[in-house]
Amino acid sequence: MSSAAAIESVETARTVKPGSRAWRRFCRHRLALFGIAAIVLMVLASVVGPWLIPFDQLKIDIRHRFAPPPWEGHLFGTDMLGRDLLVRLLMAGRISLSIGFLAMIVSTAFGTFIGVTAGYYGGAIRVALMRFVDAMLCFPSIFLLLILAAFIQPSVATITLIIAATSWMEVARVVEGQVRSLRERDFILAAEMIGAPGRYVMLRELLPNAIGPIVVAATLTVARAVLMEAYVSFLGYGIQAPMASWGNMLNNAQQYLGSAPWLAIFPGLMITLSVASFNFVGDGLRDALDARLDLR
Amino acid sequence: MANFLLGRLLQSLVLLFIVSIIGFAVLHLAPGGPLSQFALVPGLSKEDLARIAHEMGLDRPLPVQYWEWLTRLLGGDWGHSYRDNQPVLAVIGGRLSATLELMGAAILISVVVGVWIGVMGAIRSYSIFDMLATVGAMVALSIPTFWFGLIVIYAFSVHLGWLPPGNRTTVGSESTFLDYLHHLIAPAMVLALVEVAIWSRYMRASMLDVINQDYIRTARAKGLPERTVLWHHALRNALLPMIALAGVEIPTLLGGALVTETVFTWPGMGRLLLDSLGYRDYPVVMGILMFSALLALLGNLFADIFAAVADPRIRLT
Repeated sequence: MSSAAAIESVETARTVKPGSRAWRRFCRHRLALFGIAAIVLMVLASVVGPWLIPFDQLKIDIRHRFAPPPWEGHLFGTDMLGRDLLVRLLMAGRISLSIGFLAMIVSTAFGTFIGVTAGYYGGAIRVALMRFVDAMLCFPSIFLLLILAAFIQPSVATITLIIAATSWMEVARVVEGQVRSLRERDFILAAEMIGAPGRYVMLRELLPNAIGPIVVAATLTVARAVLMEAYVSFLGYGIQAPMASWGNMLNNAQQYLGSAPWLAIFPGLMITLSVASFNFVGDGLRDALDARLDLR
Repeated sequence: MANFLLGRLLQSLVLLFIVSIIGFAVLHLAPGGPLSQFALVPGLSKEDLARIAHEMGLDRPLPVQYWEWLTRLLGGDWGHSYRDNQPVLAVIGGRLSATLELMGAAILISVVVGVWIGVMGAIRSYSIFDMLATVGAMVALSIPTFWFGLIVIYAFSVHLGWLPPGNRTTVGSESTFLDYLHHLIAPAMVLALVEVAIWSRYMRASMLDVINQDYIRTARAKGLPERTVLWHHALRNALLPMIALAGVEIPTLLGGALVTETVFTWPGMGRLLLDSLGYRDYPVVMGILMFSALLALLGNLFADIFAAVADPRIRLT
């Protein structure tokens, strides 16, 4: 057998298995790409869309209540006050997506801070902080969220903070685990040996090396935050009317389920689409970052 | 084993203690306390309000209030509802069975369906079925529970008329077992959706782990039929790590139950929490918080013990 044939046979043998793995990665990436495209589209539509539609989100039009979609320019129909549903969906997108992104930033920052501190110092500090995380995870997060939301004057800012306050624990756990394992590596020991202060080691050495899992957790946190906003607003403690959010557009929808099902269907589809998109991107990122770790 | 149990119990108690402090602080530091329900009563003076606050013990410093609540709790007294003066335990107890029933049905569905999807996905990994199950699980995790509830009501109650749109029994008729079951199907299905997704993902991973083990190759080499190998040898081992999952999932299930109960007007603990929040009924809210944390911790503890009993390789230390 010539050496060329041998190489060829090795190559064909190899292409069978990695082929299916590549197919899987392709599929996963396709989902992540779909997710990114959907997110960009939704953000663009929410920002620009309301200017392009000739209806105001608050304009009440009693003669055209419950117009089924599509109705004389009301592409998605109208609600119980005759307001155009599409404009309201897009305006609600501004609110819901901003809450998702802002809550992600706040909770990721806080969770990372707790995680790095616990992982770097270890000992009693670690035990105390991580026990606190465990205790917070004992509650169903929706319980805590509701209790906080029920007592605090709801606004975009407070709802964002409340959601962040109940979503930082996962990030903290991920970061703590990562930092704890990095802490024993040579480059950290080296940094400490040359007398680098703790703050420098945490910010300049540990944090950049833990950035992968943080990015993944942050992406998934946006999905969670959008979902959480929908839950509290649906239950009446979140964003208040007349301001629209995807969640509060649904809290009147149940009584009109028989006569005007589109009022329930469209906002729910928007929530599912956005949450799924962020989950897809998070999943794709995790795969991509894992692959890089494997190559090293 | 005894040492392990004692350690875990102590750990759980410490956690419960922290949980109670968090809950108490959040409730009592928030503005608009239980007195706000009297604020709109006409003819009630500032002095009257102060007197009511004093009688309810709300004018004392927070740590003192917490200490009194805690000592009474340790003595078995969970306090009385501000709303109708019923003992908190009785109020929660009256709602507990409905929630447990709903959760039980949802767990049953998710275990059966989730395990089946997971095993099939692992056996035919990267097939069309597996791809669909993977994407489907991620989408299922993204659907808001309450919206799925609305869609189920729209499809099965409004449109097809097969299932009742809510409540636990038909109002005004004799409650039979079949009637209960009929009312349970839709909410249990809705609550189970997220759990089915989670169970199928974990089950797939666990099954994939197992079917690449040596003892599975041995079983195949012995000439056992593939079905026996997969559904007897592999499944039993792949199910072991799932026991822990059942414990961990309790808070998620409870949270889902709250939303599901709201949509289906199900008289359980979740609805009770919402109602009590509206009334600023601190003792009941505190009771529900403690109860759900207790349930979560017990779930984890039992899962650990159960896993050790089922799998002798696990050493509890």
